[in-house]
Amino acid sequence: MARYIIKRFIYMLITLFVIASLTFFLMKLIPGTPFSTAGKLSPEQLQIMKENYGLDQPVAVQYAQYIVGLLKGDLGISFQFNNVPVTQLLLERIQPSLVLGFQAIFFGTIIGIVLGVISALKQNTWIDYSSTFIAVLGKSIPNFVFAGVMQYYIGVKLGWLPVLFWKGWDYTIMPTIALAMFPIAITARFMRTEMIDVLGSDYITLAKAKGASSFEVAFKHGLRNALIPVITVLGPLTVSLMTGSLVIEQIFAIPGIGEQFVKAITVNDYSVIMGTTLLFSFMFVVIILIVDILYGVIDPRIRLSGGKK
Amino acid sequence: MAKEDMKISKDKFAPAILDASLGEAIGKPSLNFWQDSWLRIRKNKAALVSIIVMLLVIILAFVGPLISGHGTNEQDLKRTNLPAKIPVLESVSWLPFDGTMVRNDGTVVDVYEQKNIDEYFWFGTDSLGRDLFTRVAKGIQISLYIAFLAALLDMLIGVTYGAIAGYFGGRLDSMMQRVIEVISGIPNLVVVILMILVFKPGIMSITIALAITGWTTMARVVRAQVLKLKEQEYVLASRTLGNSHSKIIFKHLLPNLAGVIIINTMFTIPNAIFFEAFLSFIGLGLSSPLASLGTLIDDGFKTLRLYPHLMIFPAVFISIIMVCFNMIADGIRDALDPKMRD
Repeated sequence: MARYIIKRFIYMLITLFVIASLTFFLMKLIPGTPFSTAGKLSPEQLQIMKENYGLDQPVAVQYAQYIVGLLKGDLGISFQFNNVPVTQLLLERIQPSLVLGFQAIFFGTIIGIVLGVISALKQNTWIDYSSTFIAVLGKSIPNFVFAGVMQYYIGVKLGWLPVLFWKGWDYTIMPTIALAMFPIAITARFMRTEMIDVLGSDYITLAKAKGASSFEVAFKHGLRNALIPVITVLGPLTVSLMTGSLVIEQIFAIPGIGEQFVKAITVNDYSVIMGTTLLFSFMFVVIILIVDILYGVIDPRIRLSGGKK
Repeated sequence: MAKEDMKISKDKFAPAILDASLGEAIGKPSLNFWQDSWLRIRKNKAALVSIIVMLLVIILAFVGPLISGHGTNEQDLKRTNLPAKIPVLESVSWLPFDGTMVRNDGTVVDVYEQKNIDEYFWFGTDSLGRDLFTRVAKGIQISLYIAFLAALLDMLIGVTYGAIAGYFGGRLDSMMQRVIEVISGIPNLVVVILMILVFKPGIMSITIALAITGWTTMARVVRAQVLKLKEQEYVLASRTLGNSHSKIIFKHLLPNLAGVIIINTMFTIPNAIFFEAFLSFIGLGLSSPLASLGTLIDDGFKTLRLYPHLMIFPAVFISIIMVCFNMIADGIRDALDPKMRD
């Protein structure tokens, strides 16, 4: 187990290093300068600007400085916001994104699990079909379409919930629903298959034969075993949340990291793009690692080994 | 109680013919893999309906621009922001196809009358007077084009990589596996955005970006299957007869992998469509005057309160396409995957 974790940890570091280098060199390839007034500047002024930000040095030196800075947790300085450090910029904006992400994944998986269990218990009834239908819609309809439609009908037409901004709990409801659709769909479908699988196994028959009530069979014996594999979908779900946060935060004007990222792309703010990319990758890699380790800890049937298969 | 009521007459029973040679007779024509799969897909009503709907959408995408009588970029400022109006359906009161629009103060206006236009614009027009129907049809074409291109590239790279890694094995395989492990550790969103920032936004860069990130799953699946299949006797026989490695891979192994490859490709397609729309929506995808469903939704979103039809139509079509492809992919998986058989 320890060997496995160490091995995975080393892989994580390699992946992060590759991402950091890739991001750096790709950023260097982008045409255009980060200075919005570049056209109006004289060559001397441009030179001074570049020196200011260390852009006049050879790429190798810039790269070395960048990597050293990263190790210290320094992500560089934003070009667009009066020289604010990127780390500080991200820290200021991480709270709404995290709240939204946690709410979406929390409510999403719980609703998904409930839907999946119900449709597995009531297989091939209208309940099962409608829950499958919800799952297909949730998986298929792009979240920005869903967010836009919801914003128009619930926010504007009915006026039930605030349409924009981030000022209180009721402001989080619509974005959370829009983000949670995908987790609901994925967990519901996954849970249904797992639950049907488990309900057909011998120990369930045994529990029934011993006279356990159907509630007890479903929840005490069935659900516990069906839940384990659901952990594996948490990885893909995090990815979907990150993708989703970009558009959802933009649509609902939420001051989070996603919105910041989209803005940075449009104004060529290299260091913010790089910083956010690294933050996303870091969260992704760490969550995948945690999920894999958790899976091994919870399910004794999975044996983790560092050796070759 | 049923036992007492039922009287079965004796003539319904006859002794069975005990002929050993007939015991092995095959009563029905034997089916090959594809016939069998087709039978299974036909039984899956959702998949069948999706295939039909998808065909209709494809026909609409290619015939639409021809019958609408308008070009994709034909602007006319005299007919801007018209709501949808379709002949026949305009008289059905609950459908939004009568060419009227509800103002924010609640009054209903017939915009066509107001602007003195006799023509019918099926889905209305946008802020530059371009026919939305033509643009949506064109957008579907582009979305489908990107999806199929991405699926094709995914297939080419993923299958080749996976087949080589699995077939040759050993140190080469473990090296190639490490590469996959690192690549799949990078969130594909990040790669796609970086690629598009570096290359000029456009159909090609979106496709390349999708291809770079999409192939790892395919490669993994193909590798696992090849590892299993290469131990089979027919591979040994082929090698004994002196066939080259590439011939064994492409002639003997790949046809046996067709099912897995098709299933994986089918799941790439809705993914690619979503990513294109997503990128266009955040402003990294295609740009005007090209119309993909993503850019149309993005444009429509800006005027959602005033002219909801500009977003609703492309949004409905992208949803239909996504639902259909997901259902078809599910159906094909159920039909082709031997593990899923009931």
